Amino acid sequence: MSDSEKELTKMSLQAGKETIYKARFQKSIDQADQPDWLKDLRKKAFEYFTENGFPTIRDEEWKYTDVKELAEVDWSEAPAAADGLSQDLANHFAEIETENRVVFVDGVLSSELTNLNETAEGVRIVSFADAFEDQTFKANLSKIVEPDFNGFTALNTAFIDQGVFINVPKNTKINTPIHLVFIGDNETANFTRILYVGETGSEAEIIEHYTRTGDSKYLTNAVVEIALADNAKLVHTRVQRESHSAFHIVTSNTNLGRTSIYDNTNITFGAKLSRHDVNMSFNKEGGEAWIDGLYLVEDGQHTDTHSRIDHRVKNCNSHQNYKGILDGRSRAVFNGKVFVHENASGTDANQSNKNLLLSNDARVDTKPQLEIFNDDVKCAHGATVGQLEEEELFYLLSRGLNEDLARNLLTYGFAEEIINKIEIPLIKKQLDEAVLNRLHARLEA
Amino acid sequence: MLLEVKDLYVAVEGTNILKGLNLEIRRGEVHAIMGPNGSGKSTLAKVLAGHPSYEVTKGEIKYDGKDLLDMDPDERAREGVFMAFQYPVEIPGVSNSQFLRLAYNEKMKHTGGEELDPLEFNDLLKEKAKVVEMDSKFFKRSVNVGFSGGEKKRNEILQMAVLDPTLALLDETDSGLDIDALRVVADGVNQLKSEDNGIILVTHYQRLLDYIVPDFVHVLAAGKIVKEGGKELALELEEKGYDWVKAAGN
Ligand SMILES: Nc1ncnc2c1ncn2[C@@H]1O[C@H](COP(=O)(O)OP(=O)(O)OP(=O)(O)O)[C@@H](O)[C@H]1O
Ligand SMILES: [Mg+2]
Repeated sequence: MSDSEKELTKMSLQAGKETIYKARFQKSIDQADQPDWLKDLRKKAFEYFTENGFPTIRDEEWKYTDVKELAEVDWSEAPAAADGLSQDLANHFAEIETENRVVFVDGVLSSELTNLNETAEGVRIVSFADAFEDQTFKANLSKIVEPDFNGFTALNTAFIDQGVFINVPKNTKINTPIHLVFIGDNETANFTRILYVGETGSEAEIIEHYTRTGDSKYLTNAVVEIALADNAKLVHTRVQRESHSAFHIVTSNTNLGRTSIYDNTNITFGAKLSRHDVNMSFNKEGGEAWIDGLYLVEDGQHTDTHSRIDHRVKNCNSHQNYKGILDGRSRAVFNGKVFVHENASGTDANQSNKNLLLSNDARVDTKPQLEIFNDDVKCAHGATVGQLEEEELFYLLSRGLNEDLARNLLTYGFAEEIINKIEIPLIKKQLDEAVLNRLHARLEA
Repeated sequence: MLLEVKDLYVAVEGTNILKGLNLEIRRGEVHAIMGPNGSGKSTLAKVLAGHPSYEVTKGEIKYDGKDLLDMDPDERAREGVFMAFQYPVEIPGVSNSQFLRLAYNEKMKHTGGEELDPLEFNDLLKEKAKVVEMDSKFFKRSVNVGFSGGEKKRNEILQMAVLDPTLALLDETDSGLDIDALRVVADGVNQLKSEDNGIILVTHYQRLLDYIVPDFVHVLAAGKIVKEGGKELALELEEKGYDWVKAAGN
């Protein structure tokens, strides 16, 4: 492409987005009751977005995931605060209701549905609106994401408004997992945000749960920032079950302190197009992290995981185990980068991405990538793409299971090690059923 | 007649393995099939169980009067055919009890018996596990994953106990068992033996037949039954090896 052509494509794309988001941004920032530092941050982010726009497939990091379709949708209306729930949504909510939850409806925090009963002293679970004056909030917000903005994180930052801030104080352990629920039924662009700060020696579990019934077309563009101080521990489960017409673009960035532990599991079932950028950095010695995932897609779904793990210091361990199940004409992209920096001796990093293809039309592009700048390390990586094992299938058939059931059970078996990491019974059961009930086999776990 | 195999020819990937095999089994009988490595014993067992890689090029198999070759493998299983694998397959991520309950319920659905929920099934499983003296810690583990060779074989007989087959094909279930385990497993099989079912034991060793006494012994060589007799034949084979029967077959 010639330079002038490039310029032209760039301009037309940008013109499109400006008209789509500019008025909404202007209105939002004018009306926001926010401190200046935040407004400045948002303006800076919107400038970045105006200049760079959404990533395109010409961008190396986005070459398999084309967001053109979502870039062109007019989501200029800001979501309105929900005025009660539709019957469908209320029913759906009842199925996933847990005792300790923060609920967003169409991107807007619902104080009605939110119910918090955390009793550990000093734990803060508050909406952003109640956190602006908090020094910890201010010190951490956008600090992990900002230097490496892409179009989506910039746009999310430009629209910072609805979000939840969780701060677990020093040596405090929460009693109940915190369930962050994102539901809705409007067709909007939702810019939600989670900021988690775990102080020294703190311990918590959060579930970030996107779920819908129906087939609405909307955008979830979320940013999750997590800062773990020394010796802090966080179990972080993401469950993405958006509508199959939705777009789901999320970046989660995590920084680990000395000997802190981060156990992250990412379940992806929903959305027409989903992209998860999961970035994690060991900033002090002795940290350990598990970044695991399961994506299960069918029909024309497209899912993309880009992970980046930075071993910047000595003696940290990272484990990454992603499994994919693909049916129909679905497509998955896995790109996992592990950087072992020069002074990160004693690193132990392993990464695996295994894919199971249930149809001949499904496709996977997987690329585990290790970049090692230190000799004293233990690193392993591998990727596979395969089908169900015929001998395993025959074994099950020979015991009287019909073929659908046998295939489902083997598929479940493939996914089990990831699903089984999830300790919340309600969610584990739903995932069990979702995997087992594919092809409508009659079965309970 | 429970099983009638007539003039059976079987090929795998274009190579003929079974070449005109005949076999008849009545309810209540135990048959041993012996023979050199590679003679086609497992092939016969797999053909009976319906493995898709084995192509029947000639002959027929009647099971309880029905055309066995007309049935899919899962249908055969629900109709009471069971093969204990020479090399049991590992199924990662699927627990033994989950798998067995599904298999059991599929059979119950087929035969009009009562399906069991996980709790009820667990009681049944505990009962059946006594037959092979198997610890309940194996119920929760993934099917055969990380099981020792002997534990896998024991697990096959546990499955047999749960599924209560009409025709059981035990392919070298004795290989890999220590002396005590062999006795336990053999006792188990004897408990499962009845007037209503037939059992085929594929084995290389007389020792198993000391515990499970066969009514007939067949020697398979190069794809054919080359000699048949009573339980004494096994002793004779132990003494003389296969060369004399092989010669008889040619
Ligand atoms: N899937 C296959 N592909 C190619 N050859 C096969 C296959 N299965 C069996 N065979 C061949 O068929 C012949 C018979 O094998 P089979 O396993 O039936 O022997 P067996 O009598 O059970 O031997 P053993 O006593 O060693 O268990 C062997 O030569 C074997 O290599
Ligand atoms: Mg064999």
